[in-house]
Amino acid sequence: MRAADLTVAAMLIAGGLLALGDALRLGIGWGTDGPKSGFFPFWLAAIMIAACTAIMLQAWRRADRAPFISRTAIGPVLKVLGPAVGFVLVMQFLGMYAASALYMALYMRWIGRYAWAPVALVSVAFPVITFWVFEIWFLVPMPKGPLEAWLGY
Amino acid sequence: MGFENLLLGFGIALQPHNLFLAVIGIALGTLIGVLPGLGGANGVAILLPLTFSMPPTSAIILLTSLYWGALFGGAITSILFNIPGEPWSVATTFDGFPMARKGLGGEALTAAFSSSFVGALFSVVLITLFAPLLAEVALKFGPPEFFAIQLLTFSSFIGLGGGNPLKSLVSILIGFILAAAGLDIVTGQLRLTFGITELMKGFDFIVAVIGLFGIGEILLTMEEGLSFKGARARINPRVVWETWKILPRYWRTFVRSSFIGFWMGFKPGGATPASFMSYAFAKRFSKHPERFGKGEIEGVVAPETAAHAAGGASLLPMITLGIPGSPTAAVMLGGLIIWGLQPGPMLFKEKPEFVWGLIASMYTGNVIGVLMVLAFVPLFAGILRIPFAILTPLIVAICAVGAYSVHGSMIDVWYMLAFGVIGYVFKKLDYPLAPLVLALVLGDLAENALRQSLIMSQGSLAILFTRPISGVISAVAIFFFALPIITPYWRRVRARALGAGTHQET
Repeated sequence: MRAADLTVAAMLIAGGLLALGDALRLGIGWGTDGPKSGFFPFWLAAIMIAACTAIMLQAWRRADRAPFISRTAIGPVLKVLGPAVGFVLVMQFLGMYAASALYMALYMRWIGRYAWAPVALVSVAFPVITFWVFEIWFLVPMPKGPLEAWLGY
Repeated sequence: MGFENLLLGFGIALQPHNLFLAVIGIALGTLIGVLPGLGGANGVAILLPLTFSMPPTSAIILLTSLYWGALFGGAITSILFNIPGEPWSVATTFDGFPMARKGLGGEALTAAFSSSFVGALFSVVLITLFAPLLAEVALKFGPPEFFAIQLLTFSSFIGLGGGNPLKSLVSILIGFILAAAGLDIVTGQLRLTFGITELMKGFDFIVAVIGLFGIGEILLTMEEGLSFKGARARINPRVVWETWKILPRYWRTFVRSSFIGFWMGFKPGGATPASFMSYAFAKRFSKHPERFGKGEIEGVVAPETAAHAAGGASLLPMITLGIPGSPTAAVMLGGLIIWGLQPGPMLFKEKPEFVWGLIASMYTGNVIGVLMVLAFVPLFAGILRIPFAILTPLIVAICAVGAYSVHGSMIDVWYMLAFGVIGYVFKKLDYPLAPLVLALVLGDLAENALRQSLIMSQGSLAILFTRPISGVISAVAIFFFALPIITPYWRRVRARALGAGTHQET
């Protein structure tokens, strides 16, 4: 936990410094019509850097040797995160509907070890329902890919 | 005058179309409240894009109903599965789950729903009475007062939020900095974009909420490896009736918890401490404190009443001042802005039909809600028996759909994933997420209020203290900010005084 605490605080300080630099570029003083664009972000970033430094000091003094995540827990977490990233990646190319069908099917088959019948049912039902609710009922378009183009939508 | 307005509101809320939306909202909300990883805040966030084409009053009715539903749904998981769906349902598990294991699940659920109903109703009545008055007062507020209220909002996270005050502060600042990213509408300059076009439109809070609460929560749930082995509950009209016969005995608890809930919930982040405080009070004043934690019905009544009173109360500052009291209220406030309404006291003057329709819908929504959850508990509880291998991809996919539909852009889906990881890490390291979301929503409003105040005073921050109303509010805010520093000293002083035996009570 200590290492994670220190890392996160350090990353936040780095982010704070970026914001600070940007605020300085924009000007933190008084412009022709009130405070300049950088005024508010400058103080936010400055206080954040100070607070993160204090958090680092706190964490440094506290000898919390518990790991951020146990070895047994890291697997299940990655098993959710990995496919989720893959899903978004595929969504970029194949569109929402095909990607979600693939994602649901693979996840259920791989993690849940379901028979093909329920896998097919869920992975077809989800995109169809989403299509109906979003595309037809509420007229909110979802990203589409070659499949939808082939179907003429 | 106020009564007429309420009647006007009921005229709107009772329209069949709006009643239908309330039913849909509650059903979806309960579903969302039951599912892990989909709380009220991101449920509202996911549904928000669907409301863009609706009239604002119908849209807000749908979203508030969803909120009530999520509050009810949280009780189901706490009692039957010992899993608090929301932080303020933690106290409900103390006695709710033992009751369910003793075979009194039906009684516990009835007590929880009824208490929720009473707490929420209490809040709504107070909102009906006080909202117009508060809005009237707030009409006189200028930018310094609004900025002072913002300060108060965020100071209460630090002073009263519990946890590490430094981390609460950092969360707030991250939210504000992210809110500042993109085009500065006042000067027309680009901030924090570093020449990257994608960053120009800034970070949308809806996407942040979906990622932080939705994806982050799923990752946490997976890590804890929860398996839903729930107790079964039989709930039928007889059980409900028998429980209702007992409940009036606890009228003192109802009254006390409602007041605690309303008082705490009015301030941001109040629902969780309210539920714990109310539980502690109930235990302290009970004739049988030893029964608490082993399945005492009063231990379900107290936190549920308080949590719902707080949940209702968090909407009061949202509609009167334009300051949300909870992340869910923050998302709704964002909705108001998107629907083209200016949140704040002017709403009462300019859009009475919206405000009163909303207030009336809180009555109807809660009545419909309590009846629906009582009727359909087995159905909702059944959802948790759906295996994780189906629920997980389903929830991730729903989150992705929600994130995409906000602006119809893929980059938001990637942001959602990133926020999911951030949410997971922050939750583990005790950085609170609620203040981050609130700051992200309020960022532009707060900055404008500060800018205008500084323009009024030609650059002096003293303006926050010299005007009477903002002076008082700022002073209280500073007290809250300082509270984490004062408290240790105060304890030491008090311990010394007690040791000397001079003062027993301070």
